[in-house]
Amino acid sequence: MALYSEKVMEHFRNPRNVGVIEDADGVGEVGNAKCGDIMKMYLKINDDEIIEDVKFETFGCGSAIASSSMATELIKGKPVSEAMKLTNAAVAEALDGLPDYKMHCSVLAEEAIKSALDDYYSKNGESANKSGE
Amino acid sequence: MIYADNAATTAMSEAAIARMTEVMKQTYGNPSSLYSIGQEAKEVLEQARADIASVIGANPGEIIFTSGGSEADNQAITSAARFGLRKGKKHIISSAFEHHAVLHTLNRLKEEGFEITLLDVHEDGLIRPEEVEAAIREDTCLVTIMYANNEIGTIQPIRKIGEICKSKGVTFHTDAVQAMAHIPVNVDEDNIGMLSASAHKFHGPKGVGFLYVRKGVPVYNLIEGGAQERGRRAGTENVAGIAAMAEALKEAVTDISEKMASVAAKRDKLIQGLSEIPHSAINGDASHRLPGNVNFCFEGIEGESLLLLLDDKGIQASSGSACTSGSLDPSHVLLAIGRVHDVAHGSLRLSISEDTSNEDVETIISSVGEVVEYLRSFSPIWRDLMAGKKQFIL
Repeated sequence: MALYSEKVMEHFRNPRNVGVIEDADGVGEVGNAKCGDIMKMYLKINDDEIIEDVKFETFGCGSAIASSSMATELIKGKPVSEAMKLTNAAVAEALDGLPDYKMHCSVLAEEAIKSALDDYYSKNGESANKSGE
Repeated sequence: MIYADNAATTAMSEAAIARMTEVMKQTYGNPSSLYSIGQEAKEVLEQARADIASVIGANPGEIIFTSGGSEADNQAITSAARFGLRKGKKHIISSAFEHHAVLHTLNRLKEEGFEITLLDVHEDGLIRPEEVEAAIREDTCLVTIMYANNEIGTIQPIRKIGEICKSKGVTFHTDAVQAMAHIPVNVDEDNIGMLSASAHKFHGPKGVGFLYVRKGVPVYNLIEGGAQERGRRAGTENVAGIAAMAEALKEAVTDISEKMASVAAKRDKLIQGLSEIPHSAINGDASHRLPGNVNFCFEGIEGESLLLLLDDKGIQASSGSACTSGSLDPSHVLLAIGRVHDVAHGSLRLSISEDTSNEDVETIISSVGEVVEYLRSFSPIWRDLMAGKKQFIL
């Protein structure tokens, strides 16, 4: 029996959208080194509020890296309003599930994206939470 | 495949497998039965007991066969505590980086009213005998200190601790699961009162081990139900497993000095090679160390990712990262030697054996270097460290 699903391992081995966007419109960092997981998300958002590009950097275990990768895939090319609705369950489901004690990795991925969107909104004078309603 | 997790378990030796199958096929009798095939099994059992006793400098009657190291630890500690209680002694001394078979047993005794002193293990992963001496009180019923640590491989000053306990009249138990058959262990020279060992750590089978109990040290059985092991451990003996354990032990201690030197040379090569990775550090003293143990921390990366990618490259190793244990905290051993959480998550344990070749060592060094560099390439911590936003610890 494998520790992770094939999908998790595939994203862990070949993570999508790894890197940095130097002139990002929104940047979010969540987690802390003490617990062993940090995710940082960079968003490039165009005038039509479409997420044109997304990159991530992650310090963490296999499922943290796979969750970051999957989360970026789920929001890339999508409108900001749709990205705001991303849930950790959707990330986990897209990865064909995570072990129970690794679900927090998908939560971090959701939080990292929301944090980057919050950053985008605060730079543009609006709260992300309001917009999500 | 390069198997570098021998501290977790070892491959059984050909001799041990041969002995085990031979006994299973030919000597299936119950050693407690009086007819001939029962008595033949009894002979196999007693020969194994004598062989094991001879290796560690004990008398055969001082060896109790158990299901492994954890049971032996439980039995030793529980026995000393129960006997201590009868004399009004409720204080036990141990260390912060013992195996959980010891720590969890001590936790249970604490709930039952025992007072437990856990000694500091210092940055080098070594216990100071003088601190053991200073901690001993009138009501101390047991000192239990591991022979060598399972994660960082540091070999404790057991002989000195044994002397101190002997002079103070306190029972001394040592969990020798990692040390047995890897370095010479002699219960007399080391003044050991009780000792735990497990066969699968020295190329024997899983599910079998032994507890050495010096003559005159009281021991209670954890398992009731029969007169086996002179009433100290009920249950029909695992004759084939025990015979294979004795075979593996005899084999391991043959030319042990040569084997130790050969494995330690590879260990030192690994230590040297891995030290060249920037912002890395060895965990625990480099010289007072099991011949096969290498344990490193690499700043800016997390251990589980490292293990998974090494596995992809055909290298099996272990880590003290929280993610590998399913808890939020990294290894209690690394925390005990003063590694902060951030760094402890990025640890790697390699435990090699005589089967590890020089070529394997080279492959491990280059593979670990590649994987660490790759993981750092998208680690936000590493970026902050390199940008000077965060201070390097290592």
